[in-house]
Amino acid sequence: MTETTPNKPFVLKRFIPLIIFALLVVMLAVGLTLNPRLVPSPFIGKPVPEFELPLLNQAGTFTHEDLKGRVTLLNVWASWCFACRQEHEMITQLSRSGLRVVGFNYKDKAEDAISWLSQLGDPYEVIVQDLDGRVAIDWGVYGAPETFLIDKQGIIRHKVIGPVSDPKKLKALMEALEQLQSMES
Amino acid sequence: MNKRSKRKLLVVMVVFGVAVATVLSLTALQENLQYFYSPTEVKAGEAPDSREFRIGGLVVAGSVERATEGLLVSFDLTDNAKIITVEYSGILPDLFREGQGIIALGAMNGSGTFVANEVLAKHDENYMPPEVAAALKAAEHK
Amino acid sequence: MIPELGHFALIVAFAITIVLSIVPLIGAAKNDAAMIALARPAALAQLLFISLSYAALTHAFIVHDFSVLYVSQHSNLVQPLLYRVSGVWGSHEGSLLLWALILSLWTTAVAVYSRSLPDVLMARVLAVMGMISIGFLSFMLWTSNPFERIFPVPADGNALNPLLQDPGLAIHPPMLYMGYVGFSVAFAFAVAALLGGKLDATWARWSRPWTTIAWSFLTFGIALGSWWAYNELGWGGWWFWDPVENASFMPWLVGTALIHSLASTEKRGVFKSWTVLLAIMAFSMSLLGAFIVRSGVLVSVHAFATDPARGVFILVFLCIVVGGSLALFAWRSATVTSSGRFSWFSRETALLLNNIIFLTAAVAVFVGTMYPLLVDSLGLGKISVGRPYFDTMFALVAIPLIILLGIGPALRWKRDDAQRIKTSRQVLFIASLAIGIVLPFIIDGVLNIKTGLGLAGALWIAMTTLNSLYQRIRMSKRLPLAFSGMIIAHLGMSMFVAGVTIVMTYHQEKDVRLEPGSSYELSGYDFKFIGIRKVTGPNYLADEGHLVISRDGEKVADLYPQKRIYQGQSNAMTEASIDVGLFRDLYAAMGEPLGKDAWSMRLYYKPWIRWIWLGTLFMTFGGILAVCDRRYRQSVVQRVKGLNEQVATN
Repeated sequence: MTETTPNKPFVLKRFIPLIIFALLVVMLAVGLTLNPRLVPSPFIGKPVPEFELPLLNQAGTFTHEDLKGRVTLLNVWASWCFACRQEHEMITQLSRSGLRVVGFNYKDKAEDAISWLSQLGDPYEVIVQDLDGRVAIDWGVYGAPETFLIDKQGIIRHKVIGPVSDPKKLKALMEALEQLQSMES
Repeated sequence: MNKRSKRKLLVVMVVFGVAVATVLSLTALQENLQYFYSPTEVKAGEAPDSREFRIGGLVVAGSVERATEGLLVSFDLTDNAKIITVEYSGILPDLFREGQGIIALGAMNGSGTFVANEVLAKHDENYMPPEVAAALKAAEHK
Repeated sequence: MIPELGHFALIVAFAITIVLSIVPLIGAAKNDAAMIALARPAALAQLLFISLSYAALTHAFIVHDFSVLYVSQHSNLVQPLLYRVSGVWGSHEGSLLLWALILSLWTTAVAVYSRSLPDVLMARVLAVMGMISIGFLSFMLWTSNPFERIFPVPADGNALNPLLQDPGLAIHPPMLYMGYVGFSVAFAFAVAALLGGKLDATWARWSRPWTTIAWSFLTFGIALGSWWAYNELGWGGWWFWDPVENASFMPWLVGTALIHSLASTEKRGVFKSWTVLLAIMAFSMSLLGAFIVRSGVLVSVHAFATDPARGVFILVFLCIVVGGSLALFAWRSATVTSSGRFSWFSRETALLLNNIIFLTAAVAVFVGTMYPLLVDSLGLGKISVGRPYFDTMFALVAIPLIILLGIGPALRWKRDDAQRIKTSRQVLFIASLAIGIVLPFIIDGVLNIKTGLGLAGALWIAMTTLNSLYQRIRMSKRLPLAFSGMIIAHLGMSMFVAGVTIVMTYHQEKDVRLEPGSSYELSGYDFKFIGIRKVTGPNYLADEGHLVISRDGEKVADLYPQKRIYQGQSNAMTEASIDVGLFRDLYAAMGEPLGKDAWSMRLYYKPWIRWIWLGTLFMTFGGILAVCDRRYRQSVVQRVKGLNEQVATN
């Protein structure tokens, strides 16, 4: 236990901590690349999935073809969804700014949805009804609210998971929108 | 005891101690590992029958049912491909919500229901546990 | 305007820090007095500008400047002032700023309080601390600027996570960071000593008080976190073995080994290179903790929002700091010689054993925390390590530690007589074991060996520690503060062991369905549910339950647990109600409404849980007391003398 002079033959042991640390770093680095942290939507850059859904509050149906022709924000919401209430004001503002906003009523009851809208106001140009959530699965929706930005050709350009009123998400959405507008002009 | 044999004794003691500690910790570790499975994997029969494991997914909207008496609650969990029904007796965490990603710890019963003894939800309302996110991603590619 | 000034101050601080970390080092190498003398003013200037930047961010929070992205994400109009001030460190960017501020505080403290240090050593220490600071400042400036603006300016912000709106948690991170960052002082001393190639006992004497005080902060910070989790999470637990908790516990374990090892090095000049390695490891563990919390590599209950770019940055930073210092260690530690000799039965051996035990514990936590990551990075699937693993490992580690704790402090340096210890400890050992084993039988008529051993351990520590105190008083009549500090910290350990043992054996909990008027009995306490009413708080609405607890027909307490909905948040929050007592807590948390005024409720009976935190408070206090010892204060006296001489020569 009594070390005295520098021990030449034992020099290697002084590198042990460094070696252990190097192994640890490799593990951390691999872990950093492997661990999925975000759910990137595989739908971005792809055309919107085909669908045909009834409209809420009016007769007729709405299809993927009807989404084309104008830049559109498709907002997935439901009356049971608390966070939708939170983002409602921001959706209304976006709609007032001239952007077409289509509502996608997700796993809801028509009467609940209508009373929700009459209470808070209706920011949507039209609202499609997906009562059983079948179409939503095609869109990769796994909760509400979710918001899709769709260009004139009907291609999904951006997706927001959670309320768009969140400053960071809003910023990202705005950037995507600006990019889209600059591309089209 | 001279210096040399003292040193030897110490080395033997340390090596022995390290060996015992390693064996004990590896045993303890092995016994307490909890594996993670997605609903798709469970449906495919990949999850263990007897052992506890963790299952993760999204709570299917409208699937939460509560017993009129007692604290039993059941809900469906999905990775957007397959659905597993989960039963839990107790108080759900504050962040448990329909459409929210959660993780449950428990085991399968004979009739294809997952009986949870712990349900975890995350402290960030827009958060998705990475295991759940990975399971969803895997299901999307199928 | 003010946020831009804050950002600008940060840039200035960054420039100053670059000077601080380079110029004094060159000065030390060239023996240039002017360059060496630059270290102190640079440290002060750095503190000034980081404080300005910090003040600017706090100001933005106080005046609700939602044009600052970070402010709009973590505060809203209704948030009380306290939580707006603490909101600064509520998330990633601001907490980095707090790290940087605390680091510059420690740097300045070293510059001011260690004036008797040789100038060259001081220059090196401050430069190393400056290098660490560069890491944090560039992290902020390049990936996580807290002053980033947002346009359009939101009318109101997102509330701070309501979980974080608790006075205990408001001061928990600063305490924890004081501890983490405090270990950078010992680290800087170690690296400076390696650079200079002069590692003598004075090195240990200089870094010891800094390490002890940092350890005290860390102990207190961890205790606060545990206390918060108990109060706020509504699960009645005090420790969850969550990765983020483990991230703070690993540096604590290594730090505890370090403060003990420093004692050997200071007093006897032994284990020098080992102590240096521990000093490097303690701070490395702190950085690793930061990596775990911020990079999202591990799944945790309270990890910060994650971002891969941040993970990469911290990993690179970790490589430079830890890899660099370990390489330096490999290169230079061969020059370190330990002179002292000691027999195998001596205080030195006991302290070495202490180190081995604490390091084993740290490795056990490390393995449990990192193993899932290892398996994941090898692509073998996703797993997690259950809490029984940690509980088992700690029970195993605790046994030798507790036995050692009763003997080690009584041993003499260099060489002791085994017979002397045997006669003084034999009786205490048998007595504590006998009483401990019998106690559970007296409590509830059941012989419980595990509990008995736990109680025996607590008694053994308490009795031997008090015996050491008695011996010391009888022998010398003088009680140095360092010794009293040790006694108090060790008594704290005894209280902690007692608290953990009792609460783990005798606690009771039950999830029940209660209707108004119905009741449930737990451990002799009758919890009667009276009813629910609505209450309004400053930024939340709540359902408040009322429970009356009685024992043998006599009323003991009223509990008012709440289910709160905070403004701007969609989730309900459980606010537990606790009737606190030294020997038992009664705890109620609300679950969900079950219709017809019935609620699910979670009821707990937690005996002796306060002793867990009381014990950690004793440890904290013991550490603070030890730092106040005369031995370290002499440096202050010397400092004043030195100043006087300076004045005289001028």
